[in-house]
Amino acid sequence: MSYLVNLAKIFVSSTIINNIVLIQFLALCSYVGLTDNLSSTLGMSYAVIFVTVSSGILAWTIDHWILIPTGLQPALQITAFILVIGSFVGLVEMYLKKASPNLYKAMGIYLPLIATNCLILGVTFINSIHNYDFIESVVSSFGVPLGYMLAMVMLAGIRERLRNSEIPQFFKGKAIAFMITGILALAFLGFAGMIK
Amino acid sequence: MKKKISIFWQAIIPNNPVLIIEIGLCSVIAVSNSVKSALLMTFAFSMVQIPSNIIVSSMRKIIPNEIRVPVFVTVIAAFTTITALISRAYFTAVYEAIKLYILLVVVNCIIIGRAEAFAYQNNVFDSFIDGVGNTIGYGVVLLAIAIVRELLGKGTLAGIQILPESFQPVLIMVLPPGGFLMIGVLVGVLETYLRKKEGKK
Repeated sequence: MSYLVNLAKIFVSSTIINNIVLIQFLALCSYVGLTDNLSSTLGMSYAVIFVTVSSGILAWTIDHWILIPTGLQPALQITAFILVIGSFVGLVEMYLKKASPNLYKAMGIYLPLIATNCLILGVTFINSIHNYDFIESVVSSFGVPLGYMLAMVMLAGIRERLRNSEIPQFFKGKAIAFMITGILALAFLGFAGMIK
Repeated sequence: MKKKISIFWQAIIPNNPVLIIEIGLCSVIAVSNSVKSALLMTFAFSMVQIPSNIIVSSMRKIIPNEIRVPVFVTVIAAFTTITALISRAYFTAVYEAIKLYILLVVVNCIIIGRAEAFAYQNNVFDSFIDGVGNTIGYGVVLLAIAIVRELLGKGTLAGIQILPESFQPVLIMVLPPGGFLMIGVLVGVLETYLRKKEGKK
């Protein structure tokens, strides 16, 4: 039972308390760049969730079955993880192109962007820094991109409303997005300390 | 000679990687809450940016075009590993605090961007200058933000008390929202400046 509670804690902490965008500042490029409208935001989020969970599992397996037993972890971890993610994204891209061209077309623009998304690599490192076991890694690899989606959808919704409202000259463009993010982050700080 | 200076200068102000092109923002916001971590981050950045520029540029004639990005990433990952190990050995306390962001230098858009856009097309010495210029451009912005945030948020600089004890720290500046607000104001200043400049033309 306490193991389940632990899993729930990891999930809440990775989704909300340590929200990857608002509290840990990762994946800001796509956060500011892609939140112009809600539909592209959702497409990107689904793609990120899928790739993060799969590469989180793959990276954990490589870390615990190959790198740690052979003692190569300190020297090869970074290279191994980035290559896993890079090749995995390539594989997904090739598979989708063949298996479902429609989905590929819909996700086409986002797939290459995902490989350079620091969120995915960040999740594999977070799992390894916290020494999560297999199930804990899966939960955290699912929770973190979910938090990303939450932040993306919130900002996209606000920005859609902003389009028709009057913004001070000074804050026009990207500046207002950062100010809003600051206020959202302030709200998320309220969750800090909920789980020790 | 003039060309070399221009490469160097271009990277610092007119094409500043952080402020103008707006890439590599993640680490800038994340580690700018204290001057010490900003210094370590700049050190880590330079230790990856300069050597990877040199290596990519010296191998540019033998890297096949199709697989250039994986090659860049592997080179950058190797230098990131070296840097992470050095930082852990010599700056343990600060390293533990910003570990994640040092490991993530490997996907820093600035470094991959410079390898792709500059080092892959230019000779070794020019790439070296470009690497130094980009490091300074990145470091100056990072340090400037870190100085403001730490001074306002804690009244200290690199852990040394600067402002008088009676100063009430603005705690929000060292917390995550402070970073976003600072970047928001900076981007606002810059975009207003650019708009004014365009208006004059």
